Amino acid sequence: MKELILIIISGALINNVVLNQFLGICSFLGVSREMKPSASLGGAVIFVLTVASAVASLLYDYVLAPLGMDFMKTIVFILVIAALVQIVEMFLKKTSPAIYKSLGIFLPLITTNCAVLGVALTNVQDGYNFIESVLSGFGTAVGYTLAIVLLASIRERIREEDLPEPLRGAPIVLIAAALMSIAFMGFSGLSF
Amino acid sequence: MNKYTERLYNGLIKENPTLVLMLGMCPTLAVSTQAMNGIGMGLSTTAVLILSNVVISALRKVIPDEVRLPSYIVIVASLVTVTELLIEAYLPSLYKALGIYIPLIVVNCIILGRAEAYANKNTIGLSAMDGLGMGLGFTIALTLAGLVREVLGSGTAFGLQVLPESVEPIGIFVQPPGAFLVIALFIIIMNAIGIKTRQRQLVESNGCEGGCAGCMAAATCPSKGKNAEKGAAK
Repeated sequence: MKELILIIISGALINNVVLNQFLGICSFLGVSREMKPSASLGGAVIFVLTVASAVASLLYDYVLAPLGMDFMKTIVFILVIAALVQIVEMFLKKTSPAIYKSLGIFLPLITTNCAVLGVALTNVQDGYNFIESVLSGFGTAVGYTLAIVLLASIRERIREEDLPEPLRGAPIVLIAAALMSIAFMGFSGLSF
Repeated sequence: MNKYTERLYNGLIKENPTLVLMLGMCPTLAVSTQAMNGIGMGLSTTAVLILSNVVISALRKVIPDEVRLPSYIVIVASLVTVTELLIEAYLPSLYKALGIYIPLIVVNCIILGRAEAYANKNTIGLSAMDGLGMGLGFTIALTLAGLVREVLGSGTAFGLQVLPESVEPIGIFVQPPGAFLVIALFIIIMNAIGIKTRQRQLVESNGCEGGCAGCMAAATCPSKGKNAEKGAAK
């Protein structure tokens, strides 16, 4: 039980996917302009990453590994993720238009989010079983959501500031991310 | 300047993928802890980029338009797998240093971006040169970022001691925050000397314009799709 909790905490805080491993940087910088879309994207990422980790783990354990096709994992995972995102999109459109409306436009973005493929590959590399993979996917996605929502709230504040010209745009966002990353380094002291 | 050298210049300087187009930020930030890693990652990506551009350009009349993105992903993923196996076999230390970021070349938006923006409209020779130019531009930017971080953070360059022993290196630069700071610094310098980057577009867009999002999600953004068509018509 302790290990399982540790996997979630490590995914969300200690090895934060954006601030520590630099996965999903593009959407982190691109969508974090305002709080609301950031939170919606975070929700979509939590959903897709958890499902993708589960599917990737099952595929690896019951199809790729027994067939000795370990080297095919990159190709298989990226296709599974792309297909999964499509299915999730169609499913949400049919069953709950309300959620689709708030998450819909972000779903295609998630395919290119390297965090999804990154987590699927790391789970396999670390030899996680099914439950551990799902929890690791969930924890990572929570960490992503935390980071993007925090950055969005910082950006909502710095937008009104009178910044020197060369700092406007990306640089100030990157500096804010650097300071957040320093803060998150503090979590590396967390050990059980 | 003929068409082929123009492609090289375009990739290296005019549309440098990292510093001007702001593509492929994830590997840039992640592997730039040392200059050597930057070269390794850059050259691996260059190899994949040249080959994927050549293959996609050769198949551009065969692949139906509706399924082009999935086809590109399969082509790129196969090439990345081959590259990964080769690096694992012949350069085990590089394989260890780059780790998870080698398979992640698949989702590097430079590769799909070039396939979509260039290789599927141009001849094989020009596409190969485009891949070479873009790849080298990426390599140079990565190496530069790696060099700055390595010198400031551990006092070495390419593994050789350059700062005097008495100077204490600033450890934060080889830690994750240093990556954000160094890239921010690069963009500040570029802004200050007046080189236009696409960064404002990237951070001010709704996600449909810049970065990784622009590559595959482009098809889903109506306005962007129209612009691309207009661009192609010109």
